[in-house]
Amino acid sequence: MKRFYSSLLLLAAFSMSVFAQSTPAIDSGSTAWMLTSTALVLLMIPGLAMFYGGLVRSKNVLGTMMHSFVAMGIMTVLWMAVGYSMSFGENVLGGFFGWNSDYFFLKGIDESIMEGGIPEYVFAMFQGKFAIITPALIAGAFAERVNFKGYVVFIALWGIIVYNPLCHWVWYGGSDTDAAGFLFSDGAIDFAGGTVVHISAGVSGLVAAIYLGARRNYKIDNIRPSNLVMTLMGAGLLWVGWFGFNAGSSISSGLSTAQALTATQVAAGAGLITWLLIEVFHQGKATALGAVSGILAGLVAVTPAAGVVQPYGALMLGIIASVICYFAIMMKNKIGYDDSLDAFGVHGVGGIVGAIFLTFFIRDAAAAGFIADNADWSVSSQLWVQVKAVLIAAGYAIGVTLIILFVVDKTIGLRATKIEELKGLDDSYHGERGYGMVNPD
Amino acid sequence: MKLITAIIRETQLEAVHEQLIKNEIERITVSRVSGHGRQAKEQIYRGSKVKPSLIPKIKIEIAVNEEFVDITVDTIIKAARSSNGTGDENDGAVGDGKIFITNLEECIRIRTGERGGSAI
Repeated sequence: MKRFYSSLLLLAAFSMSVFAQSTPAIDSGSTAWMLTSTALVLLMIPGLAMFYGGLVRSKNVLGTMMHSFVAMGIMTVLWMAVGYSMSFGENVLGGFFGWNSDYFFLKGIDESIMEGGIPEYVFAMFQGKFAIITPALIAGAFAERVNFKGYVVFIALWGIIVYNPLCHWVWYGGSDTDAAGFLFSDGAIDFAGGTVVHISAGVSGLVAAIYLGARRNYKIDNIRPSNLVMTLMGAGLLWVGWFGFNAGSSISSGLSTAQALTATQVAAGAGLITWLLIEVFHQGKATALGAVSGILAGLVAVTPAAGVVQPYGALMLGIIASVICYFAIMMKNKIGYDDSLDAFGVHGVGGIVGAIFLTFFIRDAAAAGFIADNADWSVSSQLWVQVKAVLIAAGYAIGVTLIILFVVDKTIGLRATKIEELKGLDDSYHGERGYGMVNPD
Repeated sequence: MKLITAIIRETQLEAVHEQLIKNEIERITVSRVSGHGRQAKEQIYRGSKVKPSLIPKIKIEIAVNEEFVDITVDTIIKAARSSNGTGDENDGAVGDGKIFITNLEECIRIRTGERGGSAI
């Protein structure tokens, strides 16, 4: 296999030039780290289930956690069948998505080893985890009121026609610039999925939240989290898993891995502190939910940037993300749409902040590399590329999500009925109950 | 003064709560209890149907002055009925629960120490 895919082609080109031999030998160090990263990213999905599950009322906890868990089944199978091919196959239909018959049901990569000395199975599975978590993130926007069957069909369609093309545009490196995904060849920087994962999930969640309408009595009743302890544990798992998500996105085990790992840690810490400080000044108390919101804002913002910013840049991104996400959530409460668990407020807004502000913190070595490739490169030209990538990704996600919502709503039904919503998702769709004797809320 | 104690289904709690508030009965105590009457609702765990011997229920306690007894009881009855699957939404099914009304000897508001009907 002579193709070289990675979100990092640009970086790899100047940090270490690895060029194709006929069959690369397995690099056991890189492979070991990528295997670890693959497992770490999978860990984020139960982490997300716990994070979201703790934030809903006790009657909806299982239904909400199932939104994440069922994605592990659906997206795994779809990714193996067509997703990997649509994302990382050669351009078809003018580059709208990819296709490679070897990747159809992963049947032709049994012995394939990629340029970096990593078995292609590992890369395919690593990327597959991103395809799982992205639709699962959307569930936070319409928590506590979505029909389970409708949700299942929604994420399956969304994965195929929103995630796969976006992933292809941004991350498919191709054999040369003309063969690459069009945002990739534009030079859009999205190291680990700020645009592909967080912005796409965030804006789609916003559209879905508005389309479905608010929960019953949203704004009248005080809808409180059932179990913040679980939410904190979930956030902890997300932070740990994020090292696989970001540092694994170097698709290697070396310098760029270390850079991404450090940026990730710093941004999360900065986000946490900033959020707490804002809360202390604004409402007088530093809350546990605020701490984990800050962690997530920082992590989301550094996701596109982890490969190009130094620790100082990561610090700034964490701070900026917490400030802007905090205001975004306050705006939500003013405007009144019901993005229940702030999928847009944290992932959408944080992703946009990261994708745009990373431009100002690109490390000198990376900037020198961009200039070597293109003498006209400047911070402002990169800024325009970033803005364009954000607008294209967000616009595409919004448009197609609306169509999917409409189709699923009219055929299967997406909004829980009044009675189902009053009883709770757990009883209505799963016939089970989550907590034991925890007091009702 | 009366103490109204209602044992209802977990799944009807929000409906009952909503209706009580709508009728301006806002001072209630809710707790989770287990028990059994004649209900034998099956739950599904790993494919096998299980009939729980003790079924989780919700207990609502409301202390009211005489003139509020009827409205409170009517509200609970209406909202706590679930569907038995034969027709209307709220036609009632085995397991919807019971309401007990007992005389309430005294009621004291801790903050002020006032007693009787005005403390409710």
